[in-house]
Amino acid sequence: MLVEALLAVTFVAAFAVLLAPARYAGRIAAVLSLVPLVGSLYAYAAFDGAGNALLGGTPAFETVVPWVDIGGYAVDWHVGLDGISLPLVVLTAVLTTVAIVAARGEIEGRRSLFYALLLFTEASLIGVFSALDFFLWFVFWEFVLVPMYLLVAVYGGPRRRYAAIKFFVYTNVASLVLFVGFVMLVVATPVESFGLAAVAEAVRSGAVTGAFGLSASAVTGVAFLALFFGFAVKSAFVPFHTWLPDAYTEAPTPVTVLLAGVVTKMGTYSLLRFNVTMFPDLIRQWALPLALLAVLTVLYGSLAALAQRDAKRLVAYTSIPSMGFVLLGSVAATNYGLAGATFQMVSHGLLVSVLFLAVGYVEDATGTRMINKLSGLADRLPVTAAVLVAGAFGYMGLPLMSGFAGEFFVFTGSFAAPYPHAQLVTAAAMFGIVVVAGYLLRLLQGVLMGPFEAPTTVTPRSRRDLAPAVALVLLSIYLGVAPGTLMGAIQDAVGAFVAVFGGGL
Amino acid sequence: MALPALTPQYVLGLAALLVLVVDAFAPTSRKNGLLAGVTALAGVVSAGVAAWLFAGGTGRTTLFDGALAVDASTSFFTAVFGCVAALVAAASYDYVRDEPNQSAYYALVLFATAGMSVMAAANSLVTAFLALELVSLPAYALVAFLKRNAGSAEAGLKYFVVGALSSGILVYGISLVYAATGVFGFEALAAAVQGNAHVTVLGAGVVMLIGGFAFKTASVPFHFWAPEAYEGAPAPVSAFLSSASKAAGFVLAFRVFLLAFPLAAFEALGIPWTLVFAVLAVLTMTLGNVAAATQTNVKRMLAYSSIGHAGYALIGLAALSGPASSDIAVVGASFAHLFVYGFTNTGAFLVVALAERWGVGRTFEDYAGLGRSAPVASAALAVLLFGLAGLPVGGGFWTKYALFLGAVQSGLWWLAAVGIVNSALSLFYYSRLVKAVWVDAPDETGVARERPTGIYAAVVVATVVTVVLLVAPDLVFSWADAAARALVSA
Repeated sequence: MLVEALLAVTFVAAFAVLLAPARYAGRIAAVLSLVPLVGSLYAYAAFDGAGNALLGGTPAFETVVPWVDIGGYAVDWHVGLDGISLPLVVLTAVLTTVAIVAARGEIEGRRSLFYALLLFTEASLIGVFSALDFFLWFVFWEFVLVPMYLLVAVYGGPRRRYAAIKFFVYTNVASLVLFVGFVMLVVATPVESFGLAAVAEAVRSGAVTGAFGLSASAVTGVAFLALFFGFAVKSAFVPFHTWLPDAYTEAPTPVTVLLAGVVTKMGTYSLLRFNVTMFPDLIRQWALPLALLAVLTVLYGSLAALAQRDAKRLVAYTSIPSMGFVLLGSVAATNYGLAGATFQMVSHGLLVSVLFLAVGYVEDATGTRMINKLSGLADRLPVTAAVLVAGAFGYMGLPLMSGFAGEFFVFTGSFAAPYPHAQLVTAAAMFGIVVVAGYLLRLLQGVLMGPFEAPTTVTPRSRRDLAPAVALVLLSIYLGVAPGTLMGAIQDAVGAFVAVFGGGL
Repeated sequence: MALPALTPQYVLGLAALLVLVVDAFAPTSRKNGLLAGVTALAGVVSAGVAAWLFAGGTGRTTLFDGALAVDASTSFFTAVFGCVAALVAAASYDYVRDEPNQSAYYALVLFATAGMSVMAAANSLVTAFLALELVSLPAYALVAFLKRNAGSAEAGLKYFVVGALSSGILVYGISLVYAATGVFGFEALAAAVQGNAHVTVLGAGVVMLIGGFAFKTASVPFHFWAPEAYEGAPAPVSAFLSSASKAAGFVLAFRVFLLAFPLAAFEALGIPWTLVFAVLAVLTMTLGNVAAATQTNVKRMLAYSSIGHAGYALIGLAALSGPASSDIAVVGASFAHLFVYGFTNTGAFLVVALAERWGVGRTFEDYAGLGRSAPVASAALAVLLFGLAGLPVGGGFWTKYALFLGAVQSGLWWLAAVGIVNSALSLFYYSRLVKAVWVDAPDETGVARERPTGIYAAVVVATVVTVVLLVAPDLVFSWADAAARALVSA
C-alpha cells in the first residue's frame, strides 16, 4: 500500500496547493512535498523486494487489483517497486522538493497553479516508475505530459510556446507509436492481460504469433522498434533530440530540473523495462547498431554542446551524451552495463540539476547567461561558483562523485558486452568524456575565471536559496563514495536478468 | 413492486406535459428555476429508473404488440439521454433565464428526450420513425429558439430543411423495405429478409435507411447541417443535439441493423452492409477531424469534432463479423463510447455556453487567457478536451481503445489505423484550444467573471464523471456489454 499512499498523498497535495492562496503556495508546496520525500525514503529503508519485477522477482509494496476488462484483456491496478524503480522513485521525490524550493522568487503570477503542476508531475512520475501494468503505466506516462507542457508553455522564457508545442508534439507522437506497437504485440500474443510480467514472459517464451499479415518475428520486430522509437524520443537520443535543447532552455529552472532530472529518465527506464527485459534476443541482435546510436548520441551531443554560447543551452546539451551512456549500458545487457545505466540515471538526475540550478543562480545574479558576456564571477559568487565547479567535475567523472561511479560501471559493463567490437565502440563513447570535459571546462573558465566582467552589478542570492544545489552536490558525493547504497538493490534486479539471459560482468 | 418497463419514458413525457400545464396556469410569473428543476429532475429520475430496471434484470419486454421492446440497450441509452438532459437543463437555467417562452424550451427538451428514449425501445420501423420525428421536431424549434438572433433562426431553418429531406429519405426507405418484406416489426423483418426475392428493392431501402441514420448521427453524407446548426443554436442545445440526439440516432441504427437486418442474411443476399458502415466510418472520422483542424471558431471546431466522434462510434457497426463474443465486444465499445462522449462532449459545449454568456467571442483567440479569469471552467475544459482526444484523462481513453481493438479483432486493422491517425490529428486541434485558454495572454487582464451556478455545476459534474470513468470504467463497460449482448444475441 505504500505506493498507493505515495501517489494519493502527492495528488492530494497537488490539489491542496492549487487551492492555496498564491502567497503561501510555495511554502505549502515545499512542506507537503516533504511527505512523499519521507515516504520514498521510508520505501528505500523498508525495501524488501527481490529480483526483477518482470522476471519472476517479488517487487516490494506490490498490489494487484483487477481494474477493468476490455475486449478480453484484463487490465489491473498493479504497482510495485524493484531495485530498478526504487532509486528512480527516490530521485523523483528528491528533485521535486529541490525544484519547489528552487522556485522561490523565480515564478511571478499564477503560483498556486505552478506548484500544483509540479506536484502533479511528481505523482505521475512515481506512477510511471511503479506501474507494472502496461495501461496503468501508459496512463501515468501521458499524465506527465500535460503538466509539463503547461509548465513550459505558461512559465517559460521568451520562446516558450514554440518549445512547449515542440515538446508536446514530439513526445505525443512517440507515445502514440509505442502504444500502438505494444498493443499490436499483445494482440498477437496469447496473453489475457496487460501485466508487464505476463507479457514479458509470453514474448520471451516465443508465444508471439503472426498477425496483421506479418510473421511472428516481424510483429516482435515492429513492436521492438515502435517501443524503442517512443523511448528514444523521450530520452532525446540523437537524432530524436531536437525538442530537448528548446524545452530545457525555455523552461524556468525548477521545471528544467524536473525535465532533465527525471522526465528523460522515463524514457531510459522504460527502455530498460520494455526493450531490454522483454526482448532479450532482439536486444542482443540489435546491440551493435543501437550501441553505435549511443556513440552517435554521445559524440554529437557533446560536440553540439561545445558550440553553445548560452550557458543554459550548453547544460541542456550535456544531457544528451549522458543519456547516450545510459543507452550504451542498456544495450550491453551485462550486469554492470544495466546496473550502471540505472545508476547513471540517478547520478545524472542529481548532477544535471546542480548545473541547471547553478546556471540559474548566475543568471539571476547577473541578468544574463551568455558565456561571452560573463567572466571572473568566482570571487563575486563564491558559493555559486563552488556549486558550478562541483557539478561540472561530477559530470566529467571526478572520482568519489556519483558521475564517476555511474560512468565507470557503464564502461565496465559495456567493455564486456557480447556484441562484436564492443571494446571499440565503448572506447569511442569514452572519447565523449573528453569532449564533455572540454566544454564544461570552457564554461567554468569563461564564467568563473579571468577578469571580472558582467553586464550589470552582481547581486548574489541568499545562502538559503543555494541550499538545494549544495544538498544535491553532497548527495552526489555520498553516492560516489558509497555507490553500494543503491547498487545493492539495483544489482539484485539486474542480476536476475543476467542470470536468465547471460551477459557476464 | 415491479415498475412498468416504460417508466423512464413516462416520466419524461409527463414531465413535459407538467411543464406545459404549469405554464398554462401561470404564464407570466418567473419560474425559470422551477422549470429547469423539473426538467433536470425528470432527466435524473428517468436515468435512475433506467438503471434500476437494468439492475432488476428483467431481460427483454415487448410491449404494444411488439411495437416497442425494452431491453438492456434501452435502459443504457435512456440513462445517457436522461443525464445529458439533466446537464443541459441545469445549464439552460442560466442560459435562457432572460429569454421569453422558457416553458416551451424546457417542454421541447423533455419531449425530445422522451422521443430519444422511445427510439431506444423501438422494435418496429413505424415506431422508429415516429420516435425519430418526436426528437426531430422539438430539435428544430430548439435550434431556432433564440428567434431574434439571426444566426439561431438561420441555423434552425437549415437544420429543418436538411432534416425534412432526410426524414423523407428515411420514410421512403422504410416503404421500400416494406415493399420487399411486407412487415414492419424487427423480428418479422429478420425472418422476412432471409432469402428475400426483392434484393434490389430491399437493398435500396436499406441504403436509404442508412442515409436517414446518417442525418441523425451527423455522419457523412448527411453531416453538413451539423456545423451550421450547432454554431447557430444556443450552446446548451448544441450540447444536447451533439451528445444525446446523436446517441439516439446510433441506438436506433444499432437496433435496426442488429435486430431487423441480420448480417448473415444480408451477406447471403449480397448486401454486406458492414462494408457501407466501414466506408462511412472512415469518411466520417477523417472529414470530421480534418475539418475540425482547420476551424477558427470554437463551436464549429466542436461540431466537426462531434462528426469525427460519430465516425469512431460507427466502428461498432462496421466491425461486426459474426462471432457473438467479438460482436458484443465491439458494439459494447461503441455504446460505452457514446456514454462517455455524452458527458465529455456535453461538458465541452457547456463551457462554450459559459463563454457565450460572458461574451468572450467565438474564435480561439477570443478564448485566450480564460485560464486566468476562470480557472475552474478552464481546467474542466482542458480535461474535457483531452478526454475527447482520447488521452488518459477520461473514460474516452478506454472506449476509444476498445473500439480500435474491436476493429483489429474483426480483421479491420486498417480501420483502426485510420482511427488512430485521426485521434492523433484530433489532439492537435483540441490542444490548440487548451493552449489558447491556458497559455496565450488575454488582451485585457483582470476581468471579473460572474459564476452562473447552473452552467458551472453542469460543467463540473460532466468533468467529474469523465474522470471517474477513467478510474472506474467498469461502471459503464459492464452495462454497455449487457446492452450489446441484448441486441447481438437477440
